Order: sequence, then C-alpha cells, then structure tokens
Amino acid sequence: MAFTIKMARAAVEKFNAVIEEKKEYLTDLDSAIGDADHGINMNRGMKRIIDKIQGKDYADFGGLFRDVAMTIMSVVGGSAGPLYGTFFMKLGQKLAGQGEVSVEEFAAAMGDGLSGVMSLGKSAVGDKTMVDAIDPAINALKEHAPEGDAAAWDAAVAAAEGGMKGTIPMLARRGRSSYLGERSIGHQDPGATSSYYLVSCLRDAFAEG
Amino acid sequence: MKKLINNIDDVVTESLAGMWAAHPDLIKVISEYSVVARADAPKPKVAVISGGGSGHEPMHGGFVGYGMLDAACAGAIFTSPTLEQVYEGAKATNGGKGVLFLVKNYTGDVMNFQMAADMLKADGVEVEQVVVNDDVAVKDSTWTAGRRGVGGTVIIEKLIGAYAQAGASLAEVKELAERVNANVRSMGMALTSCVPPAAGKPIFDLPDDEIELGIGIHGEPGRERVKQKTSAEIVEYMASAVVSDLPFKEGDEVLAFVNGMGGTPLIELFVVYNDLKKFLDGKGITIARNLVGNYITSLDMQGCSITLLKLDSQTKALWDYPVHTPALRWGR
Repeated sequence: MAFTIKMARAAVEKFNAVIEEKKEYLTDLDSAIGDADHGINMNRGMKRIIDKIQGKDYADFGGLFRDVAMTIMSVVGGSAGPLYGTFFMKLGQKLAGQGEVSVEEFAAAMGDGLSGVMSLGKSAVGDKTMVDAIDPAINALKEHAPEGDAAAWDAAVAAAEGGMKGTIPMLARRGRSSYLGERSIGHQDPGATSSYYLVSCLRDAFAEG
Repeated sequence: MKKLINNIDDVVTESLAGMWAAHPDLIKVISEYSVVARADAPKPKVAVISGGGSGHEPMHGGFVGYGMLDAACAGAIFTSPTLEQVYEGAKATNGGKGVLFLVKNYTGDVMNFQMAADMLKADGVEVEQVVVNDDVAVKDSTWTAGRRGVGGTVIIEKLIGAYAQAGASLAEVKELAERVNANVRSMGMALTSCVPPAAGKPIFDLPDDEIELGIGIHGEPGRERVKQKTSAEIVEYMASAVVSDLPFKEGDEVLAFVNGMGGTPLIELFVVYNDLKKFLDGKGITIARNLVGNYITSLDMQGCSITLLKLDSQTKALWDYPVHTPALRWGR
C-alpha cells in the first residue's frame, strides 16, 4: 500500500494532537537539559499549522509540507523552528508533484529532510539531538520495506523509540544542552522525543489508511 | 506561581505595548512581528539590529533609541525570534547603509538570524552578522554550541550603536563589534532558579543553601553547584575566571559591568561591585568606566554576572557617546 497525501495530512493532524497532549512532558525534558520551551513552542507552531491547512485541499506532498515548513519557521523560533522547518521543506521538495509514493520513496525523502537538518544544525548521529530518532527510523523503513509497508513502519517506530531512549546516556554536543557537558548524561533529549512522536504519527496515519 | 500577568500567551505582546506606551518619543512597536524600532528611524545610517528570546528585559527592546539599537526582535520567552521577525525588522529599519545583526551565540538565535540574513541578501540588502560569545563558563570547543552571549552583549550594543550613530560604515561597525567581542568576558551565577510564565514552575531546582556558578541567562545550569558563599568569595571565583581568560593584565583599563539577573536588589549588586573593585585594585587593573544594575536578566532569577571589557581610547569615547533609550540614557 502506498503512502498517500491523505495519510500525510492525517499524520500532521495527529502530530498536533500528540504535541498538545505531551507538551508538558516535553517541557519537563527540556527543563532538565535545555531552556524549558520545547513543548510550548512546538505546541504553538503545530496549532498554527492546523489553522493554515484547514479547509485547504492539497494535491501533492510538496504543497502540504511547504505550508507546514513555512509555518513552523515563521512561528516556532528557537532551534526547533528552523530545524523542523528544514526537515519538512526538504521532504516536500523531494516529493513535489506526487500524491502517493512507496515506503522506499518516502524514506528517501525523509533522508533528504534529515540531511538538511544535519547540515543546518552541524549535527551528527550520536550528538543527542532529533537526528538520533529520525536516522534509525529511516534506516528501518528502508531495511524492512521488503517485508511489507506495515512491517516497515512498525520497525521505524521501534527504531525511533530506541533512538530516542538511546539519547539518555549520550553526552550532548549541540544546542543548549551541550553547555552541561557531562551533566547532560542521563537525560532523554526533548528534540529526539518529539521526532519519535512524528515517526509514530506517520505510522499511525498509514495504519489507518 | 504568582505573576503580574493577564494571559500567559499575551505576556510578551502586552509588555511590548506597555513599553511603547511609556516611551513613544523613543520607540515604536511593529506589533505584527514583535519588533521594537526607533521612533525617529534616522536615515541614512547603518541599522544596528539585535534580538533574542524575551525574559531578559530591558535587553533588547529597552536598548532601542538614539545611539544604540535601531531595532530589537523579541522572541517568545527564552526562545529566539523567528527568521520572519528578524527579516521584517531589518526591512523596516534598513536605512540604505546596510544592516548589522548583533546575535548572542545560541543555536536557535544564530540559525534564525543567519536564515534572515540570507533572505535579505537575496533582496539585495547588505547584511553583516557578529555573534557575541563572552561567557567564560562554557568551554569553547567543536563539541559544544560554543560560548554563550551574555553580559558583553549590552556593552557591544552600546558601543556599536554609538559608532553607527556617529556615521561609521557597515564594514567599520562590523570590525569594531568583532574587536569588542574579542576583548570582553563575562561570568554569571544564580542564587535561585527562575519561573517562565508558561512553565509555571522553577526551571531547575536549587536547594536553599546552594548556589549555581557559571549560569547562563535562560536558567541553563552552569559550571558547578556549591554551598552558599560570601559576595567576596563569589566575586573572587567569577572575576578570577574572567580575568585569567582574556587575560586582563596589570595596568589595563576596563569597563566593569555588574549585572543583576532580575530578582536581586541593587543593595546587593553594589556589595558585589565593591568586592569587584577591591579584587581588581589588587590586580592593578583600573576600572575606568562602570555599569551596575539589571540590564540582561533572566526573568525573576536572583543572582548576578560580572563583565569586563578591556578599554582603549576609541571604546572609551564610544561608551561616553550620548545615548537615549528606555533603559540607558546619558549625555542627551
């Protein structure tokens, strides 16, 4: 089964709902190693995205993800705004003109998005950032695609969750948590956590068809 | 937690509206983008623009006016402004001689200002960006986001604003901003945490008898947490770190800036300044200019920071240059 524009839209709506539900948890995680604003900022941005896309009909991923990206970049600020904005912008550019793609094609587009994030944030796998949740999810999508799309998406969620939890013992090397040095160890990264939610929203939207 | 607010979501916009209402002769607020701009918008001169998360008042909006900033972009509390705010703020105040961004070194601030600069360049606007990173508490390495911009930002905004007001070119103000940044060092400490309105609780837990040394301005934890010490001991710890970093040497003339974090009364800040004066006297370092007060704060945090700038004849003259903003005023 292909990944469709309808699913992408549902995933954005689900992401908004999850961020709303988890905003305090994300803010608590960010209090421990950052500046206590990740949940609040993402919540403000996602609410604005829902306002923006409501009532609009999107024929292709390009239009939808461009609106998502531009709204996040205009509303969210901080580092989350440019980073998530870049992710969705590149995702949309890769999938422009299409309304239905295979899981491999979607994974490749997520790879483009991740490259944009890594280049803007000068980050690598293992720096205790959102990259640590998204990178394993993409690898799992590609690796498990031959087993069927549903299995691939489930594997991606498990991998993103593993990546998110894997940030706990890491030493932060980017963003505000890097100021803590050794004291950043033992805390889960808030950006990796919101990115895990994004992957699981994509899977849930796919599963619901 | 008790706060003098109406709605959490309206704190920044209502505070900006209040500052505008109090100082309409100096500033105006471009409400749609939460940008504070000079009321008189003089042209042509280099537009000096800064901005950052809110919660550090009077920085940056309180420094907009004659001889200092042309615009300040106010982000949400402790969150950098968006690239859209920065872009619109720059477009509104560009006087045709170019735009200089003074950016505190935080990942989000640097990204948003950089992306706005790229957009402005695409529009044909001349833009330069200087990143302020004066906090000696942070190890500067490729493995961290680098040193934070703290108290030195206030000094740089004053000096560069004066230079631009006096007619310096974009290349000249950029060169001076980099030189001042290279000669200014700071360190801060907290007696208490702070409470962002949206979080409603302290950003970190600090036991009653402990203090945090090397704190940032967003409640980011610092170098180490120790038992309460005297002002003289705290000053010795922070000033030693600052002096040895540049290093400042016997015979140097400095600007000494004792800054309150927002919740500390002036009576304590002057105790700190007294200890700092004694410490520097002991090292043969002369305080030629000073600033004491709450200028770059962290909401309601109790604590202070110490900033030293090595002065020369040019920076001394620019410090003395007339300034008239909501938060700093002399000579005019």
